[in-house]
Amino acid sequence: MTTIALPHPTRRLTPAPPAGDLLDTPKFPKSVKRYLGNSQLRANLRHATGTIRAKRVRVVSELPNWEQLRQAGEAIKNRTARHLDSYLEQLEANLVANGAQVHWASNAREANRIVVELVKAKGVSEVVKVKSMVTQEIELNEALEAAGIAAWETDLAELIVQLGHDRPSHILVPAIHRNRSEVREIFLQEMKLYGRAAPKDLTDNPPDLAGAARAHLREKFMRAKVGISGANFAVADNGTLVVVESEGNGRMCLTLPETLISVVGIEKTVPTLEDLEVFLQLLPRSSTGERMNPYTSMWTGVTPGDGPQEVHVVLVDNGRTKVLADPIGRQALRCIRCSACMNICPVYERVGGHAYGSVYPGPIGAILTPQLRGTASAIDQSLPFASSLCGACADVCPVRIPIPELLVHMRHRVVDERKRKHIGLERAIMKVGGWIMSRGSRFGAVEELAGRARGILRKDRLGPMPWPGSAWTNARDLPLPPAQSFRAWWKSGHTDNPFTANRSGEGAQP
Amino acid sequence: MSTSSDKTVALFATCISDLMFPNTPKAVVALLERLGCRVEFPSAQTCCGQMFTNTGYYREALGSVRAYVRAFGKYEHIVAPSGSCVGSVREQHPMLAASSRDKGLRREVEAVVARTWDITEFLTDVLEVEDVGAYFPHKVTYHPTCHSVRVAKIGDRPYRLLNKVRGLTLLNLEDSDQCCGFGGTFSIKNPDLSTAMATAKARQATNSGAEYLVAADNACLMNIGGVLSRGRSGVKTIHLAEILATTEPEE
Amino acid sequence: MSKSEILARIRNSLVDVTQDDPVLDVPVDWSYGQATAVAEPVQLFIDRVIDYKATVVRAADWAEVPGLVAEVLAQAGATSLVAPAGIEPAWLAQAEAAGIELERDDPPLSHQRLNDISAVITAAAVGMAETGTIALDHRADQGRRELSLVPDMHVCVIGTDQIVTDVPQAMARLAPSLRQHQPVTWISGPSATSDIELSRVEGVHGPRTLHVIVVG
Repeated sequence: MTTIALPHPTRRLTPAPPAGDLLDTPKFPKSVKRYLGNSQLRANLRHATGTIRAKRVRVVSELPNWEQLRQAGEAIKNRTARHLDSYLEQLEANLVANGAQVHWASNAREANRIVVELVKAKGVSEVVKVKSMVTQEIELNEALEAAGIAAWETDLAELIVQLGHDRPSHILVPAIHRNRSEVREIFLQEMKLYGRAAPKDLTDNPPDLAGAARAHLREKFMRAKVGISGANFAVADNGTLVVVESEGNGRMCLTLPETLISVVGIEKTVPTLEDLEVFLQLLPRSSTGERMNPYTSMWTGVTPGDGPQEVHVVLVDNGRTKVLADPIGRQALRCIRCSACMNICPVYERVGGHAYGSVYPGPIGAILTPQLRGTASAIDQSLPFASSLCGACADVCPVRIPIPELLVHMRHRVVDERKRKHIGLERAIMKVGGWIMSRGSRFGAVEELAGRARGILRKDRLGPMPWPGSAWTNARDLPLPPAQSFRAWWKSGHTDNPFTANRSGEGAQP
Repeated sequence: MSTSSDKTVALFATCISDLMFPNTPKAVVALLERLGCRVEFPSAQTCCGQMFTNTGYYREALGSVRAYVRAFGKYEHIVAPSGSCVGSVREQHPMLAASSRDKGLRREVEAVVARTWDITEFLTDVLEVEDVGAYFPHKVTYHPTCHSVRVAKIGDRPYRLLNKVRGLTLLNLEDSDQCCGFGGTFSIKNPDLSTAMATAKARQATNSGAEYLVAADNACLMNIGGVLSRGRSGVKTIHLAEILATTEPEE
Repeated sequence: MSKSEILARIRNSLVDVTQDDPVLDVPVDWSYGQATAVAEPVQLFIDRVIDYKATVVRAADWAEVPGLVAEVLAQAGATSLVAPAGIEPAWLAQAEAAGIELERDDPPLSHQRLNDISAVITAAAVGMAETGTIALDHRADQGRRELSLVPDMHVCVIGTDQIVTDVPQAMARLAPSLRQHQPVTWISGPSATSDIELSRVEGVHGPRTLHVIVVG
């Protein structure tokens, strides 16, 4: 049995998240250390990402026009971003015409203030929430807690995370880092503190765990007066919001409360209702690897006699317009938060989402977060380098974000900004390297020097070395260059080519 | 084996093969000459500049871009034994040239990029040959390196070429599409992750039962080979071109 | 105030965009509303709905519906049933005769009352074969959204003429309802989660069982 140490703070309404700010996460190569060494975590992640990858491939291969769909998704999102001002005005007008109240928030603080005031005006002390990335980004739950309002996460994984005093580590399956016995432990310890207790004989069977969540949350849904959601899409030409989900917790939050507040990033806009046919094919197949997710809700402002009769939409910028200003970087705004890039990523698979110190982990987080937050912190400066540039992410991205290209672009930005402050060792090496590599003769001279290493060291490869060589040689040998480079061989007349001597295979081996 | 060709080919050896693995460009020379090409090695060449570009140093990479144009500008066919370096020339050189605001460079880069080939593409698409007359009586497994597949997009060409090598047994490599963790300066900046990835790849190569792990990129082979050598696994690494250049010994 | 600030920031960020017409500026190479070629859409729909662990029963015609409704409810052990105001009354007759307690959502029932009822019956707006999805546009025969959500069992009656091949066809059929500001709910099987070790569990907050009666 796994034992998880959970803090039990007093006076809080909801379980306290881990102390500290995401921005204080150490730089990526350092932050990965504690996760790489956690074999339980790695096993959980490998199992989960492996399962979801296989499912995605299966359902994507069912659609013969998948590539056209991706191209259409890319184009629609580009069209939206390049004319976002007019689409947002259209969205607002249609929402208002249908009885919704629209609020605009430049940043997280403003968005939180708006939501807190709206909830306070209803005179309630709790809200139920649909899983929403943007509300995590602005840390709405903590703002509500500070105002004496309990925000209950209702997605199963979010509930596991919230009750576990934890942070999400994945945008689709926030508790991907937890296995069933850890979940059981959390439910047994924590549910009773915040509502209906888990059954004492709770097993770690996933249907039982889901049943415990159903019972725990049902009473909260029944009494909730205010629901808070995000939106996967906001349709400009009709004022329709769309939430895509699986469990029905979304439908509960969207329909049972009297008041609904939807917090929506401005880049969630799509131009027309018809555009949904593209995204409602791309998203479920890319994210959960299903032909369709169990539930999709579409609503347009207030529907008399059906669902919340007071509907608010908070449109959030929080750095998005800054991202928009960079014609290359803005491609990241196409993201529909499917998580296919993190599921396929060999780096994510080994460390999970917490190492990224960001609400958006994985490859998309590595390009989006430093754009949204800026590159002042150690973690944000290191995120664009948190990739081997293998490119698997770009292959699976349903809106064709060229993630490796954007990673390189962001690396350039980080280097450029750092350059203005100081001349580091790395930059000095790069400058000298650049100078050498701008002339064949210079590189040739360096090769000649390097060729002497074998003679001096009397070996053909290097084993473990002290820092900084240890970075390579801790687990890998490093071959030393042979005495004669290809260039030198060519210059000396390129005779006796081992491959033209008509010798057998082995003869040609170095 | 195809009939002879009268093409002149400029060999882009790539810095890592030039310095560390000279047998690979030697194999390319032997192979192309055997297929009737005339091979030249323009000595003004250096590298593709990826180590600068991918680390964020665009200005420092421009020297490599200029050197590439200077070295290869006049050639009709430029061939390199690396999907990664070819991919960098194709995808990054135009971007770097554009960032330099040097219009002349942009034009020169565009022209030279279109004439740059990975060795596998040059064989199958330009020389139109899959059976290059090679003989390699060994069990091998092939690692399709990320950039050769996703940037240079050489596709199944290596398999088509390997399938025609006499005596060779090609074994399956589990999770072959997974990155080996090299990633240029990633291997130094994120050493723990990089070695974790390389270790997985080395384990899969060992499990394949092959004597040789083959790839069309020496950087990846150096990374995986470093782990294989440390672990004394007995699996050797070899560049695809070296297999294709090897022929049956004449009695 | 923030509105004008955000819009101004957006405009400043888009100085590279010179074409004012979004459609001319970024062409979208996609034919909207195109149907996928599916040989047997009704059969595919049924297969895919079953894939989601829902049950499907087939009625030859609408006259069979009342009997099948009663049968499905009896088999599932339902004791009470809620129906939207606009549902065909004949569908309910046999179930009621068999002793199922029937409630009309007219006037609207409270959340708690709905929570105590074992099943709900609704009609549907559209069925999508390729994905096995049922769309409700919550007109009178389907009722408000809450109705088909809170009870633990959903019995949904759909005609074969309502089944289209795919998502684009469905969007085309649903657009008029959406333009009239009807809410729309897409349902693909019972509620489900894969949040624990990616292992799929059917039945979370939404109805844990879904029975579909396909008519025609």
